[in-house]
Amino acid sequence: MKKYKWGIALFSTVFILSACAAGDEAADTGFGEASAGEDELSDSEENSEEVVVDEDSIPVGLLHSLSGTMAISETSVRDAVMLAIDEINEDGGVLGKEIVPIVEDGASDEPVFSERASKLLQQDDVTAIFGTWTSASRQAVKPVVEEHNGLLFYPVQYEGMESSPNIFYNGAAPNQQIVPAVEWLFDNVGDSFFLLGSDYVFPRTANQIIQAQLDDLGGEVVREEYTPMGHTDYNTIISHIRDTDPDVIFNTLNGDSNVAFFNQLADAGITSDDVTVLSVSVAEEEIRGIGAEVLEGHLASWNYYQTTDTPENETFVSNFKEAYGENRVTGDPIEAAYFMVYLWAQAVEEAGSTETDAVREAAAGITFDAPNGPVEIDGDNQHVYKTVRIGEVQSDGQFEEVWNSGEPVKPDPFLENYDWAEAIQ
Amino acid sequence: MSSVAMQIFNGISLGSVLLLVAMGLAITFGLMRVINMAHGDLIMIGAYVTYLMQVIFVQYIPEQFFDWYFILAIPAAFIIVAGIGMLLEFTVIRHLYGRPLDSLLATFGAGLILQQLIRTIFGAPNVGVQSPSFLQGSLEIFGLYLPFSRLFMIGLVIVCLGGLFIYLYRTRQGRRVRAVMQNREMATCVGISSRKVDSLTFAMGAGFAGVAGCTLTLIGPIGPTIGLNYIVDAFMVVVVGGVGALTGTVIGALGIGVFNTFFEYWTNASMGKVLIFALIIAFLQWRPSGLFSMKTRSLD
Repeated sequence: MKKYKWGIALFSTVFILSACAAGDEAADTGFGEASAGEDELSDSEENSEEVVVDEDSIPVGLLHSLSGTMAISETSVRDAVMLAIDEINEDGGVLGKEIVPIVEDGASDEPVFSERASKLLQQDDVTAIFGTWTSASRQAVKPVVEEHNGLLFYPVQYEGMESSPNIFYNGAAPNQQIVPAVEWLFDNVGDSFFLLGSDYVFPRTANQIIQAQLDDLGGEVVREEYTPMGHTDYNTIISHIRDTDPDVIFNTLNGDSNVAFFNQLADAGITSDDVTVLSVSVAEEEIRGIGAEVLEGHLASWNYYQTTDTPENETFVSNFKEAYGENRVTGDPIEAAYFMVYLWAQAVEEAGSTETDAVREAAAGITFDAPNGPVEIDGDNQHVYKTVRIGEVQSDGQFEEVWNSGEPVKPDPFLENYDWAEAIQ
Repeated sequence: MSSVAMQIFNGISLGSVLLLVAMGLAITFGLMRVINMAHGDLIMIGAYVTYLMQVIFVQYIPEQFFDWYFILAIPAAFIIVAGIGMLLEFTVIRHLYGRPLDSLLATFGAGLILQQLIRTIFGAPNVGVQSPSFLQGSLEIFGLYLPFSRLFMIGLVIVCLGGLFIYLYRTRQGRRVRAVMQNREMATCVGISSRKVDSLTFAMGAGFAGVAGCTLTLIGPIGPTIGLNYIVDAFMVVVVGGVGALTGTVIGALGIGVFNTFFEYWTNASMGKVLIFALIIAFLQWRPSGLFSMKTRSLD
C-alpha cells in the first residue's frame, strides 16, 4: 500500500511539473492548458488573470482552440490577433480607448465553442469576437452571435455558400482561391484532375465546385477520393494515381494526412515533374511538419505568403518574428487574423461606437493596406476583396509566387457570377 | 494484373505497419492483459526519439554520416521507450494487475501526461523528419514500384518478430515470461520472481512500441497526438488475432492489411474502413476469442 501511494505521488509530481512548465511557456509557444478536460472545469489560464475593463477600455473576445487537435493551427492565429491588438493599442487604441483582449479556449470542441461565445457576449459584454478555424466551430458560434447580435471575425478560407449579418469572413471565398486555381491549372498544367480530400464538408463542397467548373471548361475529373481524418496509409490512393495518370492532383486534405500523403508520394517515386499537386490547406506552418524536400515544386493557392512582396508584409513578418521568435513563420490565416483586427478597428472609428449595427453599417467599403496587398470589406456579403496568389514550394520551405490575380478579387461566396455553379448547393 | 500484384504488396505493407504497431500491444495487452491505452503515446515517444536523434546528428555529427541517424534511432527508441515503460509499470501498472478497468483509466491518464510532456518540450506543432537517403525512392520490378521504406519496414517486422519468438520460446527468460503469463501462482511457487518478469515484459512491449514509432516517421506525421491514430488499429489487430497468441497477431495484421487495401481499392478509403470493421464484427461473432485463442488450464 505504501508503495502504491508513493507511485501515485511520483506520477502526480511529474504531472504537476509538466503542467507548470507548460504554463511558463504559454507566453511564447501559445499553449498553457494541461488538458482539454481540465480546461472545461476551471477557467483557462489567461482568463484567471483579472481582466480590468473600465470606461477607458473596449473588451474584445478571442476564441480559438488552444488545446486539442486544432491547437496546432489556431494558437498561431491567436498570436497574430494579439499582435494586431498590441500595435493598435500602442498607436492610441480605438476611439481613444484601449482594446482589452479576453482569451477563451474552444478546446477543439464545438459545444465548448458555442458555450464560450455566449459567455463572451453575455458575461464579458464584448461586441466583437475574433476566432474559430474549422467550419464546424464557425457554425457552432454562428447562432450564438446571431442571437445576441454580436460580431464574429473569421480568419480562414472556407467552402463558401454561407452568409450571416453577424459574421465577417476574412479568409478566401471559393472564387478567391479554388476557382482561379482550377482555371490556372487548366490553362498552364493540364486538363485531367485527380481530386483528393479529407472526408468532411469543405473538401466535398470544394470538389463539387471543381467538378462543375471542369465540366464547363472541358476538363476531366479522372477520380475523386476521400480519406477519413487522420488517415495515414496512402498506398492505395497512390495506386489509383498511377492507374489514372492525371496531370493535376487537387489536394483538399486537411491536417496530419498531408504529411503521410506527400511522404508516401515521394517514396513511390512520384515527383512534381510527374504530376503537380496543388493544395489549399498547406501553408508555411504545415510545410515545416511535412518537410520541404518532399513538397518542393508542388503548388498551393492562397491570398498571402510569407514571401509576398509588399512593404506592409516586410514590417508584419519582422514584427511577428520579433514578438514570437525567429523560427516562427507567418501564413495566410495568420495574416488574415492580423488584418481583420485592423478592419474592425477602422469600422469602429468610423461608426464612433462599438455597437454592432453601427459597426456593421460602417464596415462596408472599409479598406486597409494588409500584408497581402489592399483589402476591402464588401458590404453586400461581409467578405473581403483580396488578391489571389499561386505559389510554388521552394527547398527552404517558403513559397515563390508563380501567378497572382493582379488586383483584389470581389468575393462571391455563392458563386452567383458563374453560370456553371447554379446546381451547387 | 500488375495492379492486383501492386495491391497485394500494398496490403502486405499495410499489414506490416499494423503488425509493428500491434506487436508491443500483443505483449502488454495480449500476454499481460493490461488494457494499455498509453500504447499509442509510447509509439509517439518513439517517433520523437527519432526526431531528437536527427536533431543531434544535424548539429554535432559531420554531414556524410547523416543517414546513420536512423539506424541508431531504432535501438535508441527501443531502449528509451522501454525505460519509460518500465517506469510506468513501476509507478502505476504494477498496482493494478487484475483490475482491467482501473488500468484502462490509469494508462489513459499516463498517455495524456506523456502527450503534454512532449508538447511542453517540443511544442504543439508537428515536427518533420527527413528519411535517410537510402530509404527514399522505390524499387522497380516488373512494372511494380516498391518503395524502399516499405520494404525496409517489412524487413524490420520480420527481424523483430524473429527476435521476439527466439526470446519467448528459446531462452530461459522467455520461458519464465510464458510461465508467469499462463499461471502466475504456479510460476511463483517454483521460484520465479513475477515482479521482475512483469517489469521486463512490460518494458519490452513498450520498447517495441518505440521501434514502431521510429519506423512510422518514414511514412506519417510526427506530433504529440499521433498515438491516437494508431491505438484503435493496434487493439483491433490484437483482438482479431486472439488475445495472448502472437501467431494470431501476425495473421490478424496481415489479414486486416490485405483486406483493407482491397476494400479500399474497390470502393474508397472511408468505405474500406467501414467494410473492414463490418468484417471484423462478423468475424468476432463467429470466433469471439479471435483467430487463435490460448488454451490454458488456469481458472481465470
